[in-house]
This record gives sequence, structure tokens and C-alpha cells, in this order.
Amino acid sequence: MKKLVLAVTIALLLTMVSGCGDAQKGDAVTINVLNWGDYIDDETVDVIKLFEETTGIHVNYTTTASNEEMLVKLKSPDSIYDICFPSDYTIEKMVAGDMLHPLNKENIPNLSNIDERFMDLPFDPGNTYSVPYMWGTVGILYNTTMVTEPVTSWKIFWDEKYAGQILMYDSIRDTIGITLKMLGYSVNTRDEAHIREAEAALTAQKPLVKAYLDDPIKDTMIRGNGAMAVVYSGDAVLCIEENPDLAYVVPDEGSNVWFDNIIIPKTSRHTAYAEAFINFLCDAEIARANTEYIGYSTPNKAALALLDEERIADETYNPSQETLDRCEVFRDLGDFIEVYNKAWTRIKAA
Amino acid sequence: MKRTVFAAPYAVWMAIFIFAPMLLIGYYAFTDGGDFTLANMRAGLDAMYMQVLIRSIWLAFRATLLCLLLGYPIAYLLSRMKHGTATLLSVFFVVPMWMNFLLRTYAWQVLLDSGGILNSLLISLNMPGQQLLYTEAAVLLGMVYNFLPFMILPVYTVLTKMDASHIEAARDLGANGMQTFFRVVLPLSMPGVISGVTMVFIPAITTFAISRLLGGGMFMLYGDLMENQFLLLNDWGSGSALSFILLILVIISMAVMRRAERQAGEEGAKLW
Repeated sequence: MKKLVLAVTIALLLTMVSGCGDAQKGDAVTINVLNWGDYIDDETVDVIKLFEETTGIHVNYTTTASNEEMLVKLKSPDSIYDICFPSDYTIEKMVAGDMLHPLNKENIPNLSNIDERFMDLPFDPGNTYSVPYMWGTVGILYNTTMVTEPVTSWKIFWDEKYAGQILMYDSIRDTIGITLKMLGYSVNTRDEAHIREAEAALTAQKPLVKAYLDDPIKDTMIRGNGAMAVVYSGDAVLCIEENPDLAYVVPDEGSNVWFDNIIIPKTSRHTAYAEAFINFLCDAEIARANTEYIGYSTPNKAALALLDEERIADETYNPSQETLDRCEVFRDLGDFIEVYNKAWTRIKAA
Repeated sequence: MKRTVFAAPYAVWMAIFIFAPMLLIGYYAFTDGGDFTLANMRAGLDAMYMQVLIRSIWLAFRATLLCLLLGYPIAYLLSRMKHGTATLLSVFFVVPMWMNFLLRTYAWQVLLDSGGILNSLLISLNMPGQQLLYTEAAVLLGMVYNFLPFMILPVYTVLTKMDASHIEAARDLGANGMQTFFRVVLPLSMPGVISGVTMVFIPAITTFAISRLLGGGMFMLYGDLMENQFLLLNDWGSGSALSFILLILVIISMAVMRRAERQAGEEGAKLW
């Protein structure tokens, strides 16, 4: 018996060793990609596989759930990542911390596919370090069978009628941001009094809230387990596809318009390969596959032109300029973020 | 001499994976950019954090009590069974522990959900559906479910090792079933109960993730708070201060349980 166990163990070890050998035989370069969950097409077009097949570059793909986590991971002295997809204000922070590699645009000819409206944004003037990947708004996803009144204001999240049916986003800037908008302030306010007011509002709202969720908010809404939720427009597109009772609106008070962008950390040792990856993602067909799979809006003009007319006309997917004018982009708050963080911890701990 | 040689790898292991991280926690808790400071500790003792700590202790206390009330009878029944049956049944308690606790907790999400199995059952019985998920009770359930085996196993071990002649003697001397249990079996099993309580209370008080998955972020526990400080806010100083405070609390509760265990052992001996 013991001999048998030993034989099996040795056999297993041998296959493992030979398995490793095979993987290294091609001497392929590996780039490490850190993305959000569910943020690249792996069904219709398997984007990563296609990239590996066309370029021979191996991709090691991992995901994370928040900008804050991305920042922590990239800051680590032994960070291995070559590509990452942080949001607008995080880019600003990374630029300030000298964490980003200036892109060699000669390696990214497909950059010309990006809509001029989404180039040269305040968080990265001249797109020195980043290329926009996806964009969208923050708004209210509501279930029309439970909410029959017209939804026009963030104030509906404070309506006691919907106690126990309200889902809030488990994210500091988004949730405090929409509260600031409701109160008539900027999402980038640096006034402690404004934050105190938002904190008081969110603490008072807590008894009405069913849960603070991040990704699971989509499933919960699709299955009709909540009357309304704070969501990103792209998630709203997906949810409405799954459950036609749902509707999305950007309230009159305005909201946040956000951009997730592709960057290369300074610690990357394969910048040219990483730029090849960025170029691949900016290809019109690839960008179309990604935007169709993810449901988030693409800043890629060439890809947008390839979409159905129905999709282009969808206000959730492709908001009008009038809606965009009501929205603000997040800016990095520097050390003032501490005030937001403390307020958030107090809200969550209450 | 030989024995110490064999223990050396373990000592190295302890030094690297247990002692060094604790030193690091101490270092980060009391420094800011390399300079000694008490600011982190002062911030860690903030009323808001204390409120979370008290909530965690209270929840851990209830979880431990429930585990004891459920676990003791189960362990007792197991110990009365034929050895083969008992072994088989105890496997049922241990096997789920081979699976990662996060997966098992996710499974509870599905069970407790408004459209989940429990609610479908209620509705099919013409009873109103209940909000089960994202409640404090759901968090408590998750804790009891995850930690129950840690209560059953030590109590079961003590009960099976108990000398049956003690019980026979009690019966011979005229004690009825209740008297035998409360005057003989229970006192003799106290060491098992106390190690069970320790093994449930310590992980319960440091719980995180369960509260987020089953409580929907509505019932923040001390473990979640620490996770937030490190991962979300990147504030290692106050995160370490919170860890340090919890560490002290854990050491105190372990000391209390140790003393109780020793007393229970002595009392058990005194009985005879």
C-alpha cells in the first residue's frame, strides 16, 4: 500500500515537472494583466486567446474589485503587472506618484480610433500615460414593477416607501459622490462641511438600505430582489437585457461620468509587448467585441460605428451630450481623501 | 538532544510565519514613517472603532453560546453511539471543512436569498417570504455554521475518553440519569467545553468576509474594519493598531480560558 502511494506521488510529481517544462519550451514572453472582473470578452471572441495566437505573447490574466486594491497591488515593490485598467482619479494619483510608463504612441497606431471627445481628459492631459478603455455614467437602476413614479432625483433613495428595497454601491467615491450631487455639491468637493452633510444623510439612510454591495448588485436587481440600486450605466445595460422590467436613469441633479483606462505601470519590464496589447484592444473589431460583451460604452469611434443602431440609440449605453453636461469626472483629492475615508468608515460602522 | 533537532524546522517555521508577522504588526502600530508614535493607537481607540469592537464581541459571544448549545448535545449523542457509527457521523461534520469556508458561505447566500430555497419553501407553504439574507441573524448563522465543528470535536473527544466506570459508579450509588449527567459527565467534560469555547470564540471575534457576504456590508465587524484599513484605505498604521488591540484581547481571553480550564481540571479531580 505504502509503495503504491509512493509510486502515485512520484508519477504525479513527474507529470507536474514535465508540464512546467512544456510551458517554458516556447520561451514566450508573458505579460501580466490586472483587470476588473468580467471586463474583457471571453465568449464571442476570446480576446486574450486571439492576442496570444496572433502575437505569440503569453498573457497571465488576473482580476481585482476596486481602484484602491489596484493601487495597493501596483504600489507593492514586487508588482509584476504590465497592464492595468484603473479609473480616472486613480490615474491622477498614479501620475502624481510617478507610477506610470509614458506610452510610446508609435506602438499604438490604433489610438486614432478613439473618439476625440474622450481624448485629452483632465486626469491625463495629452494621454501621456493612458488610453480610455470603457466609459459610462453612474445612475439609478430601478424595477418598474416596484417603482411606478417617475424617477428623476437621487432623493428617491431616501424615500421611506422603499425601506428594505434599496441597494447602495459599496464604494467610497461613488456613494458619497451621488449624495454630494443630491445635496447640490460637486463630487470633487474639498469642503469638510459638505462631507459631513453627506455622511449625516447616508447614516440616516442606512436603516432603509437592504445592503451595500459591489458586483452582486447586478444579480440582485436582475432577480427582482431590490427596487432600486446605484449602478454604473454599463452594468445597467446588462441588467436591462436580462430583466426588461428594469430601467436606468441619470438623475436631474447630475452624476459622475467615469473612464476606465489602460495603463502600463513603470515597474513593467515588457512595455513594448504591453503597448502591443493596448493597440490590440484599440482595434475596432476587438473593441466592438469587448463593448458588446461587457455592455459598457466604448470610447472607440470606429467600434461604435460597427454597432447596431438600436444600441447606438440607447440612452443608457450612449448618453446624450445633454446628460453628459450634467456629469462630472472624478478628480484625485490628494490627502483630502482621508476625510472621505473616515466618513465612509463611520457610515459603514454605524 | 535528538528531539530538539527534530523540532528545529518547526521553530524556524514559527519564527518566520508567526513571530515575525506579529513583530511587524507591533512595528507598524507604533511607528509612522519609522518614528515612534502613539497616534495610531490613539486613533485605534476611537469611539467608532470601539463600537465595532463591541458589536464583534457581542456577536462572537452569541455565536459561541449557540455553538455550545448545539454542539454539546451533538457531541454527547455521538459519544453514546457505537464507535463505527460515531466515526462515520463525525466524518460528516469534518468533510465540509475540507471545502473553503468562503464557498460554503456563498452557498448560504443562495439558500437565504429572497428567491432562494428557504423562501420558496415558505411561499409554497402559503407563508409570507422573509428577508433572510443581509440580516444580523444571517451573519450569526454563518458564524455558527462555520465554527460548529470546532465545538463538537473537542467535547466529543473528552466524552469518549471519559472512564465509563465513573458513570457506572454514579448509577450504582443511586444517581438518576439527570443527576449523573449534571454531577458527573458535565463537570468531567468541562476541559473539552472550554477548549471548544476557545476554538469558537477566537475565530468568531476575528471574523471577516462572512459579515460582508451574509450581512451585505450592513454589519461591519472588527475583522472587516482591519481588512478595510489595509486593503481599501492602505492605512497600515491604524490597521496594525487595530490588529494589535485585537491581539491583546485574544491573549486576554485565552488566558481567562486557560485558567478556567485548569480550574475545571482540578474540580474534576476533586470530585473523587
